[in-house]
Amino acid sequence: MEPITFASALANLSSMAPEIWQACRETALMLGIGLFTAILLGGPLGIILYLSQPGQLFANRVVNGVLGWLVNLVRSFPFIILMVSLVPLTRVLVGSTIGPIAAAVPLSFAAIPYFARLVEQTLREIPRGVVEAAEAMGASPLQIIVKVLLNEARSGLISSLTILTISFLSYSAVAGVVGGGGIGDLAIRYGYYRFQTDVMVAMVLLLVVIVQIIQFAGNRLAAHLDKR
Amino acid sequence: MIHLQNIRKRFRRPEGGWFDAVRDTSLSIAPGEVFGLIGFSGAGKSTLLRLINLLERPDAGAVIVDGQDLTSLAPRELRRARQNLGMVFQQFNLLANRTVADNVAFPLEIAGWSRADIEQRVAECLEVVGLQDRANHYPAQLSGGQKQRVGIARALAPRPKVILADEPTSALDPKTTQSILDCLKDINARFGVTVVIVTHEMHVVRSICHRAAVLDAGEVVEVVDVAEGQVDARSELARSLLEAA
Repeated sequence: MEPITFASALANLSSMAPEIWQACRETALMLGIGLFTAILLGGPLGIILYLSQPGQLFANRVVNGVLGWLVNLVRSFPFIILMVSLVPLTRVLVGSTIGPIAAAVPLSFAAIPYFARLVEQTLREIPRGVVEAAEAMGASPLQIIVKVLLNEARSGLISSLTILTISFLSYSAVAGVVGGGGIGDLAIRYGYYRFQTDVMVAMVLLLVVIVQIIQFAGNRLAAHLDKR
Repeated sequence: MIHLQNIRKRFRRPEGGWFDAVRDTSLSIAPGEVFGLIGFSGAGKSTLLRLINLLERPDAGAVIVDGQDLTSLAPRELRRARQNLGMVFQQFNLLANRTVADNVAFPLEIAGWSRADIEQRVAECLEVVGLQDRANHYPAQLSGGQKQRVGIARALAPRPKVILADEPTSALDPKTTQSILDCLKDINARFGVTVVIVTHEMHVVRSICHRAAVLDAGEVVEVVDVAEGQVDARSELARSLLEAA
């Protein structure tokens, strides 16, 4: 094998530009679907987990216990095993088990309880007295959730979403191995299986840059929204 | 204005058993009155106050505010009734992510006021508490006394008939305390709002209350009249509480 020089790596990578671009789009698609589902289903689940705790608005030991147990159950699966066990469900939902959309199914499945716990913990930081003040004013449960809980926790929720995004960028690489595609998959296929170290290094660097950007943007937005 | 009839409230102790916070208590508070609830820690004064707007539900008895028995109301009706009862808290309990003006606007949004009415009323209330120039600040940028003024403006905004104040000055220094008391006194005098105030500071009672109930172990020991700073107390406990400071 030829030794890798900077020039040869550059030439090799530029010849792969369309594939790299394709991989970026696949990663974005997997993450996008996963995060969307997490917010849509995991967000409300987190709110229910919080509100059903003892001492909260809808304290309910049974609901809180059952939901908490389910969340822990899904979260205890190693992601790769969860992915394989969800193959039949993926086939039913997507009609295929390969490609970024198919990979988004187990990603979403794992992201829901993960985000639910993050939301629950973020909401816990709101002082009980603030919710009580809203109750005393005659606020309805929905008004309390939207105008008090979500608004007071908005900065923490953005931070939670940042953590979720970065974790699932990493998970999406695992999903890539079973045919999901994406940046991580490209790194493994070319860099690891075909010994093209330059591709692997470049893809890891690309991921490093993406993570830094997501974290930076998340921090900035969270700080901007935080008036406490 | 407010009639508590044979109210009982007990809490489960974390270590087991029950704690009687309020035992078979009856109390009447007249319209336009500044009424104090005083007593040592654990006497049940905060619980009694929170029973008036049903933040705590009594185990027995009736809570009649403005002719309406709150304990008999459905959740939606209770929420409406609560808009008639402003509340001020020791820890202010402002929304940290809303500006001063938006905090005062909050109860009006809940009550479904129009945007224009809200804007006008918020300006009025901020003027009453002297915070017009802080409308666009966030609570974190205010001093304790200013935060409590926002709390009072917020309680006042929906034109309530009653303001419930739970140790409103206990987190403040003596000088600020006096200005907050003057503010409450002013609101009572100008708008005829009934004020019920929980406190353990006797000078608070002397400086703004017309009458005060002395509580001990969940019971009203005595209701005393306060006139021109003079307290006419008969019971031993009332005397020790009111004449100590």
